[in-house]
Amino acid sequence: MATVTNRSATHSEIALARVIHMYRQMVAIRLFEERVNDLYTRALMPGLAHLYVGQEAVAVGICEALGVDDYITSTHRGHGHCLAKGAAPDRMFAELLGKKTGYCKGKGGSMHIADPTTGNLGANAIVAGSAALATGAAFSSKYLRTNRVVVCFFGEGALGQGVLYEAMNLAQLWKLPVVYACENNLYNEYTHFSETTAGDILARPTAFGLAAESVDGQDVRAVYAAAAPLVERARQGNGPAFLLCNTYRFRGHHVGDISRDYYRSKQEEQRWISERDPVRILGEWLIEQRLADQARLDQISLELTSEMHAAVESALAAPYPDPAEAEGDVYA
Amino acid sequence: MPEIEATVRELSFGEAVREALTEEMRRDPRVCIFGEDVAEAGTPFKVLSGLVDEFGKERVIDTPISEAGFTGVGVGAAMTGLRPVVDIMFGDFLTLVMDQLVNQAAKVHYMSGGTWKVPLVVRATLGATRRSAAQHSQSLHAWPSHIPGLKVALPSTPYDAKGLLKTAIRDDNPVVFFEDKMMYRMKGPVPADEYTVPFGAADIKREGRDITIVATSSMVQVALGAAALLEEVGISAEVVDPRTTWPLDERTLIESAKKTSRAIVVDEGYGRYGVTAEIASVISHGAFYELDAPVTRMGAMHVPIPFSPPLEDATVPTERSVFEVARKLCRRS
Repeated sequence: MATVTNRSATHSEIALARVIHMYRQMVAIRLFEERVNDLYTRALMPGLAHLYVGQEAVAVGICEALGVDDYITSTHRGHGHCLAKGAAPDRMFAELLGKKTGYCKGKGGSMHIADPTTGNLGANAIVAGSAALATGAAFSSKYLRTNRVVVCFFGEGALGQGVLYEAMNLAQLWKLPVVYACENNLYNEYTHFSETTAGDILARPTAFGLAAESVDGQDVRAVYAAAAPLVERARQGNGPAFLLCNTYRFRGHHVGDISRDYYRSKQEEQRWISERDPVRILGEWLIEQRLADQARLDQISLELTSEMHAAVESALAAPYPDPAEAEGDVYA
Repeated sequence: MPEIEATVRELSFGEAVREALTEEMRRDPRVCIFGEDVAEAGTPFKVLSGLVDEFGKERVIDTPISEAGFTGVGVGAAMTGLRPVVDIMFGDFLTLVMDQLVNQAAKVHYMSGGTWKVPLVVRATLGATRRSAAQHSQSLHAWPSHIPGLKVALPSTPYDAKGLLKTAIRDDNPVVFFEDKMMYRMKGPVPADEYTVPFGAADIKREGRDITIVATSSMVQVALGAAALLEEVGISAEVVDPRTTWPLDERTLIESAKKTSRAIVVDEGYGRYGVTAEIASVISHGAFYELDAPVTRMGAMHVPIPFSPPLEDATVPTERSVFEVARKLCRRS
């Protein structure tokens, strides 16, 4: 999906191409998730899914700073990370529907999309479950001198699990090329993070000596600008970093979490949606800067809407795996 | 037989483990070791002594006391091109790494539809009677044996330790490898030439006609001792060591029980929902029409392992207790 080409281009042209690419990626994630919600409400999707709507700028801004060979680990709320790292929507939808053509042949589902071709080590449904795995991939990068950087995405809920701290300690001791990307969407499932998180978030990585920063997770340009130097720093062998991305989950914990009044107000949600939508923030900036007009942005949405439609249709038409396949892939 | 004398040495169990690691690390630069006090200290059991001198601190890596963290690092490193061997000093500490083993290592290949692999070895210890009390004496090998996606090896001799560990390191799946910490100094013949021991192949440690004693790890020597006592009273016992609880060589276990028509399963883990339960079920089902007595199970007493020597010794099967159970079983028919 990279739009930066080899032709000679001025710095600003490349920068513009990058920003447009990020806009495109965010819209793709938004439209993907809306189709997921639609599949759920039409009872076409088995199980549940945790939508990334509202948080698009985090995955997109960070993955924009990565190369195809770099690794990510993702979470139960992982569709955005997978798409931002280059996953194909049709195989994503197929996996969500439990189809044979999905990324995991239907064995993983929404919470476990993995794809070696895009460096996606897998989405993990244990909230800090990938912290040590990502650190291990960074260990390989250093050991094998492959120069790859690993980004470990996790929500602020993972701050409650100890393995994250074990992993950060190891990463700093060994100067591993890993960036821990903490997405604070304010809610550990149905509980505000302030009720679960003592002290200061950045004080945690700082205590281990990691480079630690926070960024407005609704502003994709800011996320990219914060992530790129941390990724580069890690690649140069200067050690791990922690990027706290302040964001908001526009929807429920999962698609079935409809009545949310008992843990947050409609006013709060409305405020974020109307004032802090990452897609709208970048769109308005592009127009304001005269880098794109509304027609171009509409065109992007139109193209992606039709791409997502085709992807859903192909996934719906794809076959289920044969029940006999349940026994395959337990051992390599 | 001068040829054999030239190529078979007597090595201790610990030396056999070390030799397997040394050979595999020489053969494959992707093999590395993570664990607490694995480098200069060579672990408290001194099993890894000298490895850091040959392979350096880049490949023999001392970690903080973070079992979950460094085991998870092993999983991630295994997924991305290395073949790590993780050292869990006491098998009791497996409780700290269960998420990394069960939810991560065991499931990565399956959840990813067969795309990612986890060629990881987790070495751990088992066995009581070291006077180490309740948190350093358990035999928890039933736990990983329960989980699809993991393989579990339990060598009972220096020969098997070396051959099985080399197989474990070359396997593309996560393997939990249990060593009986009371056995590290036990000596046995180990060929100098290259060999491996396959997984899922039980070994008949002693042939017999009247009763089958299936024994694992620390209990194999106990079973052999019991077999010697049984011999004195005219009972011929066959001792079968599965060597891996998964994959499990069901055929050899069943065939032996069919031949002798009686079977005892002895394992140092807890019997309840344990390894002996599984193996007894396999034999009862597979050899049902040839059995002259119910398959009998012997394992650790269902208590936390106590400290005081007379208490601790009472919790594990012994040559004498296995002998008594076997003799009763043979008389009953």
